[in-house]
Amino acid sequence: MRRIAVIALVLATAAGCSLSGGGDDGGERTVVLVTHDSFTMKPEVLDEFRKSSGIRIDVRKSGDAGALTNQLVLTRANPLGDVAFGVDNTFASRALKEGVFADYHSPEADKGPRRYAVDGGNRLTAVDAGDVCLNVDPAAFVARGLPEPSRYEDLADPKYKDLLVVEDPATSSPGLAFVLGTVAHFGEQGWADYWRKLKANGVKVDSGWEEAYTQDFSGSAGKGPRPVVVSYASSPAAEVGPDGKARTKALLFTCFRQVEYAGVLTGAKHPEDARKVVDFLLSQPFQSNVAEQMFVYPAREDVPLPAAWQGVVLQPSNPETLPAADIDANRERWINQWRSTVQG
Amino acid sequence: MALDRPRLIRAGAGLLVAALVPLGFLAVFFLWPVVAILERGLSAGGVLSVLGQDETWRLVGFTLGQAAASTALAVLAGLPVAFVLARCALPGLGFLRVVVLVPFVLPTVVVGLAFRALLPSGGVISIVLANAFFNVAVVARTVAGLWSHVDRRAEDAARVLGASRLRTFTAVTLPALTPALGSAAAVVFLFCATSFGVVLVLGGARYRTLETEIYLRTVELLDLSGAAALSLLQLGAVVAALLAGAAARRRRETALRLRGKLETARRPAGGEWAVVALAMVVVGLLLTPVGVLALRSVSGWSLDGYRALTGTGFPGTLQVSGVDAAVNSVRTAFDATVLAVLLGVTAAVVLVSLGRGRVRRGLVEGLDAALMLPLGVSAVTVGFGYLITLDKLPGDLRTSAALVPLAQALVVTPLIIRIVLPVLRSIDERLRQAAATLGAGPWRVWREVDVPLAGRSLLTAAAFGYVVALGEFGATSFLARPDAATLPVAIGRLISRPGALNNQMAYAACTVLMLVTVAAVLLVDRLRVPGVGEF
Repeated sequence: MRRIAVIALVLATAAGCSLSGGGDDGGERTVVLVTHDSFTMKPEVLDEFRKSSGIRIDVRKSGDAGALTNQLVLTRANPLGDVAFGVDNTFASRALKEGVFADYHSPEADKGPRRYAVDGGNRLTAVDAGDVCLNVDPAAFVARGLPEPSRYEDLADPKYKDLLVVEDPATSSPGLAFVLGTVAHFGEQGWADYWRKLKANGVKVDSGWEEAYTQDFSGSAGKGPRPVVVSYASSPAAEVGPDGKARTKALLFTCFRQVEYAGVLTGAKHPEDARKVVDFLLSQPFQSNVAEQMFVYPAREDVPLPAAWQGVVLQPSNPETLPAADIDANRERWINQWRSTVQG
Repeated sequence: MALDRPRLIRAGAGLLVAALVPLGFLAVFFLWPVVAILERGLSAGGVLSVLGQDETWRLVGFTLGQAAASTALAVLAGLPVAFVLARCALPGLGFLRVVVLVPFVLPTVVVGLAFRALLPSGGVISIVLANAFFNVAVVARTVAGLWSHVDRRAEDAARVLGASRLRTFTAVTLPALTPALGSAAAVVFLFCATSFGVVLVLGGARYRTLETEIYLRTVELLDLSGAAALSLLQLGAVVAALLAGAAARRRRETALRLRGKLETARRPAGGEWAVVALAMVVVGLLLTPVGVLALRSVSGWSLDGYRALTGTGFPGTLQVSGVDAAVNSVRTAFDATVLAVLLGVTAAVVLVSLGRGRVRRGLVEGLDAALMLPLGVSAVTVGFGYLITLDKLPGDLRTSAALVPLAQALVVTPLIIRIVLPVLRSIDERLRQAAATLGAGPWRVWREVDVPLAGRSLLTAAAFGYVVALGEFGATSFLARPDAATLPVAIGRLISRPGALNNQMAYAACTVLMLVTVAAVLLVDRLRVPGVGEF
């Protein structure tokens, strides 16, 4: 009987242990920041803001950029938080059309972010930009005695047969960005034809970045069979060897520019503090850490890139891009057309 | 009967109140959100056009086909293991009981990657194998739970009368096991029909199921009417499968003479060794992907991945250290299990009491099927339903940390019911009547007859539920806060970042998750309360 009592006691103490804790410290204001899974920031930076402004940022992650946008649309009547960060240029139009964001012109936006403004308004303010590019494993090309490819067209060349692995645009956001890059590059008339050639040239399609990069790509720890993969311009920064040199490299003529935005949500419970959080996302301390924390370029112009990126992460001078409204209007049609071209 | 009228009425009222607990939970955290999101989709129109497309029906066909094949494989592979667990007195069985559970906690992404490494050609075969890999434990543990209590003397009698081992098995043993087999097969079918990560990773862009398509339409395209149409089909398929399972059980369910575990296990003899060997082959196959993962965690024979677990990975990868994530997992899963055991046992007691009373059989079966539905509905549908409903509850649960164990409990409760219910139903009613005749009240009858006989299966259920909650990824990744990430969520995050260290750390975290699982199950297996389970 005593054993049962002991067990019951243990159960009673342990139960609810995940439910307790996390209560508010009295007096402090809290702003809920809704964002995507890739959001990270040094705790020190958030703590510093908390001390100087009295605002605690409560981060809530909600899947990738698409999932985030759609959740914001679905909860527009009673939003999940006060500020959203992570809606990108492929989903910005949908969010704006659905009235998810409220008007706010941050004073910090004039220090660079405005160059990425969507449809001339200021409901969304750019926080960072990144590029989805083909990444190559140079060692594998040396071993094969082939020159590295450099442009989209090279991958359709039979001498690069069976070397490319991409992600399904229906299930992967870098996969979608790469397809959009080909639409921008080849135009509405030519992009499907390019994919027909890629298919004939043995392109492999995976559902997600994880399989493509960590398993099928030869330049990652997985040491897969294919030396070309769709990833980010910043990925080589994570593949630096002991000699300080990157083992992989991005092809700068195959990039599509992704811009991530922040904005105050319509119906935010703390609109005044929410605006301060948007200012904070654009401030020096936050912006100078986005590169290292999230593998993207800061939207502010007066912020240096990390020293470790020198010579490792190169920025494309002229990445492909498409107007946000075009992407929103055509996304589903392009995905379906891609599916019937590559999988049909 | 020894019960007088007022007592009967009081018992009936108590039953009603007890029934309200699981049903209320289900109504608030399942029915309401699902109906709300489906209603949004249906009101937008366009459902009929989706139902008219050939593509839709191809999806239905492939979903059901792969689920049926995976279930069949899991049952075939699980039975020999169940036999060894239940009927054989062999050294190392405790280890075996725990090992078969390990696959269940592994994140599907990581298992998917392991299967891709083992079977590079992939395709449907990989999907079926991986689904079966996850679910052999459901069959082995559920069936063994009942098998170890089935009286062996009927089989011995059949043997003495000249029946071969095979005939004894098919004519005596198998019918006795049907309730547990039916239960296990139903659960496995639901898991496989709604399996998401496995199909996504192994199906590549080629093979799609209702589940992956519902995810795509809901999460990425916000095509709620298309998603609603597919969800209704999924629901229809699940209900049909549940009803078929119930019909199969009805023909077979009979009271068994349940016995204590110790008297039914013996040293294997003769042809039984072949079954033992078969079980060992199954366990060896189960351990192959597990071994691949463990090997990757020490790639290059370095322990860097494990050392990195005290930190947060390459800058910007995690907000909690691997160790903190493990602690979060253990705590959240504990809360979910306690909640699910309370709900599941209440529901099982209500169902079995209704079944013993003069209640229409259809009602009991309907209730039984309803309690299983959370396993057959897409996690995305439930999750997006939460977004548009739970804000109406006080405290806006949508953004509360309490939602994680609640959502996990939703998945775990049906499993607890499925493990406990067949055992409770198999208890010989005459034993209970004898107890009542000797003057025991309803509570006393439960305490003296049902609890000792079913106690062991309750522990099995709790251990199993805990493991499921530990490994739960879909709902948890959707709901968990970054500073309270669980191990599977952290693994998912690590594997989705470039860098050799992140990769190795992900596999190290998988190994830690397996070790935590083994430790947790061993602990529950130790909790043999005297007088419960063994008598």
